[in-house]
Amino acid sequence: MSEFKGKTISWQIVNGAVEVALHRDPCNEIGSATLEELEKLAAALPELSNGAHAVILHSTLKAGFSAGADLRELYQRMRGMEKGAALRGVREFLERIHRVMNVLDAAPLTTIAAVHGVTFGGGFELALVCDIIIADRMARFCFPELRLGLIPGFGGIPRLKRDLGNAVVRDLLLTGRSFNVMKAQQIGLVSQIAAEGEALRVARATASQVGKFDRRTAAAAKEFVKPIPYDDLKREIEIFCDLYALPAVEEGLRKFVENEGPQPYLP
Amino acid sequence: MSMPTTDHTLDEILNLAASHFKVPREKLTADDDFFKTLGIDSLQALDLLTRLEHHFRIELPDYELQGVSDFRTLASRIQARL
Repeated sequence: MSEFKGKTISWQIVNGAVEVALHRDPCNEIGSATLEELEKLAAALPELSNGAHAVILHSTLKAGFSAGADLRELYQRMRGMEKGAALRGVREFLERIHRVMNVLDAAPLTTIAAVHGVTFGGGFELALVCDIIIADRMARFCFPELRLGLIPGFGGIPRLKRDLGNAVVRDLLLTGRSFNVMKAQQIGLVSQIAAEGEALRVARATASQVGKFDRRTAAAAKEFVKPIPYDDLKREIEIFCDLYALPAVEEGLRKFVENEGPQPYLP
Repeated sequence: MSMPTTDHTLDEILNLAASHFKVPREKLTADDDFFKTLGIDSLQALDLLTRLEHHFRIELPDYELQGVSDFRTLASRIQARL
């Protein structure tokens, strides 16, 4: 499937790069619909790898790359099911999203996240599976999960630990604060900063550059320098599910979902 | 270079907000609720925060904006980081 037009994501090969556009209004919240289409992308990657050397993930929505997990769907699921069934459903969702994230993380092509605006929670985790993050100057990153009584559940903590110093990881997780692209580059998260609206253009130039090198050599180098933290990823799912069962989480989700004021994304 | 005063900082914030959100500058005052006056939600407030951080070359954790909804208090938070 060299081309796909879905409800939440679409992709096509442009100059040797698989350009994956996220386009689920209002801000690419990752719920069941997006998961299904990301699973299609993961399944298509072996075939796509034959005709491409890079993958670029980007968003066509003004608000940003992705605001993270679909909290409304998560809350409705929690309210609509008996507790045990809701927990099994969440575990299944996490295991599925982890499978997708792991495929992208280990892809034999160079993966580039071209981000702008809100890159929060699960959206931040999607960017983190990529080899290179290019951000425009209005990008903003955050792991707000502690505000809901949770931890990041899509593989963010093990990947942060892999890529950044532990003090930085503690700061981000324990404060739940958002931070801008200057800080992101300073801590080694973002590779290049683009002008506002130009992240995709810069990502395309980077993809063109990486396309000059032998594919097998690049894949071998990537596998050597980028271990997948499988044990920690499994542990993250266990911790998330333990926390999800606590009453504070339902209360945190309820407050977010029922917030009719202008401030749900502020701490 | 001498440190700008809070009034100067406030003025720059009002100018930036008016320009970016296309609201007449004369309609903004220090004690306005910026969510209502600019007609913005929290995602747009984060956009404003990012622009202010770049403009003033500071890092301002968003939790410092908890409970802050007027320009004057926002200016004092920024001033404390200059």
